Formats: sequence, C-alpha cells, structure tokens
Amino acid sequence: MKDVNEGYTTEDGRKIGGTVMEMKNITLRFGGVEAIKDISFDIHEGEIRAIIGPNGAGKSSMLNVISGFYVPQEGEVWYKGAPRPQMKPFEVAQQGIARTFQNIALFEGMSVLDNVMTGRLTHMKTGLWAQSIWKGKAEREEIENREVAEKIIDFLEIQAIRKTPVSRLSYGLKKRVELARALAAEPAILLLDEPMAGMNVEEKEDMSRFILDVNDEFGTTIALIEHDMGVVMDLSDRVVVMDYGKKIGDGTPHEVRNNQDVIDAYLGVAHD
Amino acid sequence: MTKGHERADGPQSVPALLHRNAVKFANAPAYREKEFGIWQSWTWAQTLEEVEALALGLLDMGAKEGDFIAVIGRNRPKLYWAMVAAEMVGAIPVPLYQDANAEEMAYVLGHCGARFVIVGDQEQVDKVIEVQDGLPNFEQIIYLDPRGLRKYDHSKLHEYDHVQAAGRAKRDELLPELTARQDKLDYDSICVMLYTSGTTGKPKGVVLSNRNVIETSKSSSQFDDLRQTDDILAYLPMAWVGDFIFSVGQAMWTGFCTNCPESADTMQTDLREIGPTYYFAPPRVFETQLTNVMIRMEDASPFKKRLFDYFMAHARKVGPDILDGKPVGQWDRIKYKLGELMIYGPLKNTLGLSRVRVGYTAGEAIGPEIFDFYRSLGINLKQLYGQTEATVFITAQPDGEVRSDTVGVTCPGVELRIAENGEVFYRSPGVFVEYYKNAESTADTKDAEGWVATGDAGFIEEGTGHLRIIDRAKDVGQMADGSLFAPKYVENKLKFFPNILEAVVFGNKRDECTAFINIDLTAVGNWAERNNIGYASYQELARHPQVMDTIQSHVEEVNKSVAEDEMLSGCQVHRFVVLHKELDADDGELTRTRKVRRRIIEEKYDDIIAALYDGSKSVSTVTEVTYEDGRKGSIKATLEIREAKTWPTAQKIAAQ
Repeated sequence: MKDVNEGYTTEDGRKIGGTVMEMKNITLRFGGVEAIKDISFDIHEGEIRAIIGPNGAGKSSMLNVISGFYVPQEGEVWYKGAPRPQMKPFEVAQQGIARTFQNIALFEGMSVLDNVMTGRLTHMKTGLWAQSIWKGKAEREEIENREVAEKIIDFLEIQAIRKTPVSRLSYGLKKRVELARALAAEPAILLLDEPMAGMNVEEKEDMSRFILDVNDEFGTTIALIEHDMGVVMDLSDRVVVMDYGKKIGDGTPHEVRNNQDVIDAYLGVAHD
Repeated sequence: MTKGHERADGPQSVPALLHRNAVKFANAPAYREKEFGIWQSWTWAQTLEEVEALALGLLDMGAKEGDFIAVIGRNRPKLYWAMVAAEMVGAIPVPLYQDANAEEMAYVLGHCGARFVIVGDQEQVDKVIEVQDGLPNFEQIIYLDPRGLRKYDHSKLHEYDHVQAAGRAKRDELLPELTARQDKLDYDSICVMLYTSGTTGKPKGVVLSNRNVIETSKSSSQFDDLRQTDDILAYLPMAWVGDFIFSVGQAMWTGFCTNCPESADTMQTDLREIGPTYYFAPPRVFETQLTNVMIRMEDASPFKKRLFDYFMAHARKVGPDILDGKPVGQWDRIKYKLGELMIYGPLKNTLGLSRVRVGYTAGEAIGPEIFDFYRSLGINLKQLYGQTEATVFITAQPDGEVRSDTVGVTCPGVELRIAENGEVFYRSPGVFVEYYKNAESTADTKDAEGWVATGDAGFIEEGTGHLRIIDRAKDVGQMADGSLFAPKYVENKLKFFPNILEAVVFGNKRDECTAFINIDLTAVGNWAERNNIGYASYQELARHPQVMDTIQSHVEEVNKSVAEDEMLSGCQVHRFVVLHKELDADDGELTRTRKVRRRIIEEKYDDIIAALYDGSKSVSTVTEVTYEDGRKGSIKATLEIREAKTWPTAQKIAAQ
C-alpha cells in the first residue's frame, strides 16, 4: 500500500492530496442481480472524481455504497485510513460526507434558506430544551449557522430566491439549492448524483462552474456521477468508468477517452 | 487635517466634501450594501477612513496625479469609494459599463490610457486580461471579490482589501503626500470622466470638473429639497452620469445614504426593504412594474379586483390633483384616504415606493397612462431632461407643475435657447469641460460662449415656460406646406399603445404623413388567445382584419391628439400599413438599443412607401430577412393599406 497517502499533480497544475477514501473489492448484490462486481478505486483529497457509465452500469449503486446507504456483501470502504464499519446514513453524514440526489429531494414547502439551514443540522449541538428557551446558546448557534448558510447562498448566487418556497423554483434552480444544502454541511467529501441531468446547456455551464468553484474555493473533495461525457471530461481530474457493474477504465479523462473498452461501451461494438 | 481642505467658499472638490461630511454627519449612514442577507452600513466617518485607506494604498502602488483609473462593476460601496479615492490621489476616475464586451472595454481603456483598473469580480478581470496586450499604459488590476481568482497570475492582480491594508500600514509615511495632493484639488480640477454610450460612432469621454459636479449637485438638491436623511437605491449603471450625480455628487453634497442592492436579481426585494425617499428609474422600469401589477390583479379574487378597480378609478380622478395641492372636494378627499388605507398604501409598499418623496424618470418618453398611474397613487413622479454633457440637469419639473408631455422648466443656473431649426441649446455651470482627446467634437458641440447643442428639437411652451422635446433635431423636417414634421413625436404616441411595438412615420417634404406599424406579438397574441383567434405566425396575426381595425382605431386616436397641437397637427397619419415582419437589429433596421434607422428602412421598403403615397389599396412585396444564425431568406407578403381618419387642427375648431 505504498501509494495510499501520496498525492499527485493534475494536468492544470493543482496539487492533489493523499487518499481519503478507498473502495476495496466491492461487490453488491440485490438478490440474484450483481449490481457491482468486485470494484476497487480510490478518491484523493481535493480532487474531482467522476464515475461514468451507460444506463444501468451501477453508478448510483456505487454512490449509495459510498454514502453508506447500501452495504456491500463483499469488500470494504476505507475512509481516512481505516475501514469504515457499517453505518446509518446520518452517521455517515456526521463523518463529513454530503450528497445530492438524482431526483431532487428537497423540502418543497420550505424556503430556500430553510432548506439550506437543514444542511447545518449536523453542526447544531443544542438540545430541545435550549432550543425552546432560545435565548443564549441556541440563538448564538443559529446566528453562526445562518452566517454559513448565507455565505453559501452568496457563493451559489441564489440570493434572489432566498425566501422563495422551493416548490416555485425551476428544475435547474432546485438542483442548485440541493448543492447549497449539501455544501452547508461543510463536507469533506461531496457526492453529486447526476448534477446536470435534465438541464439545458446554460444551466449545465453554470453548474459546472459552481462545481469547479466549490472545489477551488473550499478544497472540497468531489465524487460525481454523470451521464454527459463532455461535462465529465472537462470537469474531473480522474474518471472511473463502469459498465454492467464492472470497472472497465480508470484514469485521467485523456486516458479514459482513449481506452478501447470505454469507447466500445459508449459507442457500442459489433458482436460477431 | 480636515481643515486643510475647507476653504472660505465651501468645499471645492468631492474629497473635500467627504472630509466635511465625516465631521458634520460623522455617525450618520453614508453607504449601505446588502451582503449575506443583512444590510451592512458605513457611517460617513467610516467611509472617509475606508476611502483614505484605499487612496493611501493607491499611492503605495505608485498612482500619479493625472492618471486615469477605470472602475468597472455593479453598484457597490467599495467601487464608489474607489472613484473618490482616485480623485484624492489626483487621478481621474473613469467608470465603465460592466456589461460592455471586451472589445468596447479595450477601446475605452485604450482611449483614456488607464494605468489602474478597479473591478468587481472575476468576470471583469477576465475581460481586462483578454485585452491587456493592446493597452500600453495599463499596469495593475485591483479586484473586490477574490472568488475564482485563486489560480490567476497575481503579478498584476491585487485584492482591494490588501491594497487598503497596505495603505493603512504606511499611513504615517504616505499621509502628508495624500494631504498635499488633496489640497491641490479645486473647482477646475477634473472630478470624473464618463463615456457617452455612443449611438453614433465611437464613445466620447466627457470630462467633468469639480465645479460641474458640485454646482449641479448643489442646485439640484435645493431644487428638490433633498435632505441628509434621504435614502436612494443605487442600481443603475455606474458609468451613467445620473448614477454618478445621484450616488456621489448629491450624496456627498447633502449627506444622504446610498444603498446598494445585493445583486441585480434582488433589486425589487431590496427596493422594498430600503424604501428609498429619492428614486430614479427609466420609463421601462415603471412600465414593467405596472404590467406586473395588472397581471397579478387579473388573478386576484373578484372582490379584491373590484375593490382595486373602484379605488384606482377614484385615484385617477383626484389623485394627481391632491398631489399637486389643487382644490379637491371634501368627500373625494375622504374617499381617497379610504383608498390609501385599502389599496394605495399596500400597493406602494409592495412596489417599494411607500416613502418616495421625489421620484424621477427620464431618458425616453413615458406613456401618460403609466405616468398618471404612479402619480394618482400619490407618488411624486416627475420628469427631467438632461445629458452627460450638462452633468445631467437641463430641465426638471418642479413640484406641483408635473405633466407627462413636458420635461419641465430650466433647472437653477441653466439658460435655454431654441435655435432657428428648433434645436435646443443650453448653458449652465454643469456644462462639461471637453471631450477627452477630441477637440473637434468638443468644438462641434460647445461654442465659445459655452452654449451646448443637445441634438434634440423642442420648444418652450408659452405661458408655463415648460420645455417640450419633440424629436432628435436631425430627424425633424418640414412637410410640403412648410409645417413642422416630427416623426418621433407621433411614433411615441403610437408606441404608448400596448398593441404597437414599433412605428415609423414618413412625411418629410411630402403632403401628408404615413406610417409603418409593428404589432406587439405578446400583447396582440394574448388578445387573440382570449378571443379564440387562431394564428400560425406573426405575419398571419399582423394581417388579421380585426387586428387591422384595432390598429386603425389607435392611429385615429393618435391623430386626434396630434391635431390638438397646432404646431404639429400636420403630422397626422393619413395612411398606414402593418408590416409583415418585425423590424430587427439583425436586419440593420434598428440599432442594438432598438432605435429606428430611418434611412435604411426608407431604402429597404421603398416599394411599400411608394404604395402608401400612390393611393393603392394593397401592395405585394418581397423582403429579405436575416436569421439569427446569419442565414438569409425572404418573406413574400401582400399588405393591406388602410386610410385613417384625420382631424382638423385645434385652432380651426376654436375659430369656427
């Protein structure tokens, strides 16, 4: 395990830290279906790591394994240098892993600000009693958390919809609010499940810029699943390619693009 | 050190005014900005400290007297401070339009030879970096928001806060130099240079002195009784002369507070939160707001809708008179009070206009309905007429003498003269120094005695002394019988109808006027939907007989109102067509700012114009169009020519 804690330098000259998370021989089955077959890869600190693959390749299952929602039948998830025991999702969140969902999972009736504030939940320590008295500690805590939430609202340029109920927003904006909520948790690793799905070109451009800015500004490690090859190749530092639950490629976007298996999986290949 | 800048005859420069305010209004708010959801304020004393720190930082970076310092970004206190700091070090601030593209920016930066550029964010940094190779004088960029700039080469990039920190650190060392430079500033030194948007040719740099800015701010503040406790919302482009005068000139003179919105999108929310007492907006802003109100009222419950309609009708009847202090019956007053409680008050609150004491609109003609709507609510909306070369104010409407068809009486200290051809000339303490590096244009615009040509034709109304602007001077012509021909005047009246998007009136050197009309697809389409009228295209809708009838009634109404004006009654539209395509900037028919290019339209549609004058009932034509992707195609159409009823001039009626 010599390379575990060694970083590397990206093509555009950014310094990437050592391994923060590692998948070791993960296999995930649903009954007789093997969704993930013996996959291993690592995520370095500060990098943008993409998982791509055609429909049904097992990408979302992989993300759910990382977020602790699915427990693999075989293999281990190593986090910060130690194997991670089986955890409930909220425990994973407390460890500093935040995510967004492919099908938006916001509180529709609540305002954008309130939704973002829910992302601060893991940082709130005061109990029920203190909250109901309100004055003092709970109030201070609320102010601190609101400040973080407001900085994220400013960062993602959603000030104009701060007080708008989420149900009134467009799809693209909802995606951005979801990103804001995940960021509010100040995660060590941010998991994005198809952040660009269903967006138009302009919304995709905006979202790409925000993802890059988040990585640049907060140094957040990002693992993302994406369909749009073009976006992935421009955004990510390293890419894992999956097909039918197997890993068929792993490397920089350039390496992956020239990988014959990947080309076959994406463009299809004539079977004799 | 404050004393040093004060002279017996009052502060002689904008920095001197700041020093005065920092003592006189030390703890009153000077600037506010909404940031992270909270309004952050700076008092006048704090503002002076911030501006001084930046000025010291600029000195530290080697800013010299006479340098040009460009300022680009959305309205933020720090950028206003940057302009004042530039003046403190003896440099000249040049605010630029933040939405200018790199090419336009390159021209302006190159023309003034800016050494330093102070910008808001990464977007502006990128533009400046893109064009820097063509700018030999350019040296350093100072930016406010570090976001996204981490990876940039910082040899020419400096963060605003760091520049201020450096200035603070070297305060003792550099302060004597800064004080000495400020002491040299007087009424004749340059306060700011503003580029006019340049509808014809390249933008011109208008140089304004401290005299221009301070004298104008002083007299206009007195004219409208502006107070230290007033609030304004700074949301219009910083490169526009009006914003400089409102947010810097008048703010410094009277000491009122300039509030900057959180972002362009939150303007409406911020407006409501601040509730400005002094407010400026171009006509289109008022128009959009009114449309929004009406659309939302359409969706209101029947009871609310009826209440709204009832009280708005009453407001239209007596509101403007109450505002102007004219006699109004006791019962009407009581009813208006009730309306204020039920409708007007809440509505003004929603619009963010509850506290407006002085509101202005300018730039274009405003529709009388729109204007009256706001006035009837009790909002003191007025019109002014001005330009960059005059440091804004030429004429303005005094309280109690407000009408939608004039632009008011001369501002204090302004003299007006109407030339033979109807062009308006003015002379005032606000008259600009020169166009930078353009002596020829300066001489063309301003004569030796200080009279400046506005390029607009107008006349002074007998009796009231109000100025009325009728058109651009170069568009004004004569009809065959020698009467005045002012196309824009008639076109504006036509365009006040929501169904009419654009109108072009012809008639120079001819017996009678004719017009091209473009329908407004949104408004007419909406009407068609409500009346179950199917249509497949713009062209089909435009030639629908019912649409033609509606437009005809609009034209006739305009004719009636034009006839009331004896000078212009010759401009009534006798025949018109509804064009088969929208006039478009891509086809060269309009400028990018949607102004009509008469010459080009006359050439392109000469067949239709000929038909308008030869009495035919219809005309077949083929028109070339350019699609958005640059391909060309053509549209064939047969257009119906309609005759519109005209009216005898008002004078004749009186004589009969």
